[in-house]
Amino acid sequence: MTLQASAPKTGVNVARAIRDATIAGLIAFGILLPLIGFETVQNMRNELALETRPWLLAIFVGLVVLASLFISFVVRPWNQHRRAVRPAGASLKGAALRAAFAKWFTPFALGVAVFYPVLVIWITGFSGAVKWIDNFGIQILIYVMLGWGLNIVVGLAGLLDLGYVAFYAVGAYSYALLAKTFGLSFWILLPLAGILSAFWGVLLGFPVLRLRGDYLAIVTLAFGEIIRLVLINWVDVTSGYAGISSIPRPTFFGIPFTANEDGFAAVFGLEFTPLYRTIFLYYVILALALLTAFVTVRLRRLPIGRAWEALREDEIACRSLGINTTNTKLTAFGIGALFGGFAGSFFAARQGFISPESFTFTESAMILSIVVLGGMGSQIGVAIAALAMIGGTEMLRELDFLKQIFGAGFDPTQYRMLLFGLAMVLIMIWKPRGLISTREPTAFLKERKTVAAKFVEEGRG
Amino acid sequence: MSATDVLQVEHLTMRFGGLVAIQDLSFRARHGDITALIGPNGAGKTTVFNCITGFYKPTEGRIALHHGDPAMWDELGALTDSSLRKRVRADGGLFLLERMPDYLVTKDARVARTFQNIRLFKGMTVLENLLVSQHNPLMRASGLTVLGILGFGVYRHAENRATEKAIQWLEKINLIDRADDPAGDLPYGDQRRLEIARAMCTDPVLLCLDEPAAGLNPRESGELSELLLSIRQETKTSILLIEHDMSVVMEISDHVVVLDYGVKISEGTSAEIRDDPNVIAAYLGVEQDEVESVITEPVS
Repeated sequence: MTLQASAPKTGVNVARAIRDATIAGLIAFGILLPLIGFETVQNMRNELALETRPWLLAIFVGLVVLASLFISFVVRPWNQHRRAVRPAGASLKGAALRAAFAKWFTPFALGVAVFYPVLVIWITGFSGAVKWIDNFGIQILIYVMLGWGLNIVVGLAGLLDLGYVAFYAVGAYSYALLAKTFGLSFWILLPLAGILSAFWGVLLGFPVLRLRGDYLAIVTLAFGEIIRLVLINWVDVTSGYAGISSIPRPTFFGIPFTANEDGFAAVFGLEFTPLYRTIFLYYVILALALLTAFVTVRLRRLPIGRAWEALREDEIACRSLGINTTNTKLTAFGIGALFGGFAGSFFAARQGFISPESFTFTESAMILSIVVLGGMGSQIGVAIAALAMIGGTEMLRELDFLKQIFGAGFDPTQYRMLLFGLAMVLIMIWKPRGLISTREPTAFLKERKTVAAKFVEEGRG
Repeated sequence: MSATDVLQVEHLTMRFGGLVAIQDLSFRARHGDITALIGPNGAGKTTVFNCITGFYKPTEGRIALHHGDPAMWDELGALTDSSLRKRVRADGGLFLLERMPDYLVTKDARVARTFQNIRLFKGMTVLENLLVSQHNPLMRASGLTVLGILGFGVYRHAENRATEKAIQWLEKINLIDRADDPAGDLPYGDQRRLEIARAMCTDPVLLCLDEPAAGLNPRESGELSELLLSIRQETKTSILLIEHDMSVVMEISDHVVVLDYGVKISEGTSAEIRDDPNVIAAYLGVEQDEVESVITEPVS
């Protein structure tokens, strides 16, 4: 009897709906009053004057109230209904679907990534393709690679690193300075920049080995800032805020992508367009990202990768099993930094110009949120998160038609951080452990069963 | 006498600031024996374990471990006078555990331990737990990861051997059917047994168990006793164990050391310990001469 009594009621509670809407409206009014209700404008005498916008405020508060009512009258009953009528076989069907998704998603995504430039050229033609391959393809892949690199440190070893951008910066500046000073080629400097980054990763690792959790996060944050401040202030070498420009661009195995007669287009008898360089860069970063993924997948099945995950689960138990936790942490920092350095030197080669502005804490936060949103330790989750976040923010630039609605002064990219925060909050409500929170075991006897998120530790440093 | 010892603890003292946790403790564990360390709560048993396994550096004292040729014990004095932490020969080794960091105690001196509050890798599968504990041999086989990354066969063979060893242990502790489940999903008693199997996968000469029977029901304790006896018999591993469950201690221990307030109050076979008035007094929390009156007093 008690069971029936406690079953959820499927009706709509009108009193509660109105109360919720009122509270939501009041909170919205309180928050939006200073943000939307007032506007500072210059009057005729060039003075700053305060104007009120009561109607705009009313519209926004009204929208919030309507949204609250919508949730109470439509979303909640629909959810209850769905829960009540869900047939017994539904979860089984869901599991089969998920298994099919897990099986086919990776090859599909890989296929799309490989044929993406072809697709873009086919859809937009030669003239429009550069923007889509460069701003979307290359930009997203850089962050996918950075996410996968940081995933080794944060997701596998469980060491919270807030200064990952430092290694990205070391890689970028290593390439820029060595290429400009010694004229070495991209392919020689790529591994060299990676090794230098890894060296800095290990160097950072030493002092922070004894720290855990929040303290580790603070020190890594400080390390990121130190690197940036050195880049700003060591003007003789880095030319400070001015940055380094005209960095040598990568060549196609010695053939430069230029318009003259020994350039790529002329050698292959093609008409010159900057697109070839973009496509080449796209495949370089795709190869680098796939290398990161491949090495990470391999490492997870090796003793070192298992030791990282064991370290995340329980450091003391690791030591009791004869695992040298110092070396294990250092390799995690080092290999994570190695891939950050690769990505950095690619970034410098692609941009042709770098300055400390590109390596602020916001970048670290962006990469870390990609890892957290994607689900710590999950390769596919991180890739999806990078696609959504970087692709999403780039997409905002394409929303020019909104100017017709909101007026010419409206710039959708200004709302980047707002949308970013909103997406973060929604994901954390919907999936608190990230998009893909389950763990794939690295070895199995009979059957590979994914480990549910509730068993997996997040690591405390 | 010392020829068959696996572990010699001499004049071990551990102070935390002003608190003396262990005071001048000396005892020996013989090769192939099950030695029990018992005592009331707070007697310093776990501190002794942490000193032996390298988690604490003792304030004073010597902890020597030996395997292989018994004649090596004669070199203990020379080793202590040198600044080295170990002397290893083809036919055995002698180790000064108080000089070694915790992970080397397991890796080189081959002492394995379990914990009072189970410390499994809960998010990893049962099989993975047993593979992590074979980290050091696997690491060597993977050429410090380099050969493994390149996909050399050497590592694959080593991993197959490691898996076979894990399967043997899983069969022994009856968990073979749950090999692919996360360790955190196992019932409590199974987690205890898995932790012991994980420690055994490091090929120890001395297995230190910190309250292995805590939280087990009588049937599970019985199974545990059988498991420990069969480990001793089949692998010749010596066992050092802290335990409150006296049925387990009395049933399987060859030698019992009793601690109270960090001091050794008694030592001997389980039968001797059971009748020692010192021990009874410590467990009842009274002076020795009051034991008679406490025991004979009717419960009011």
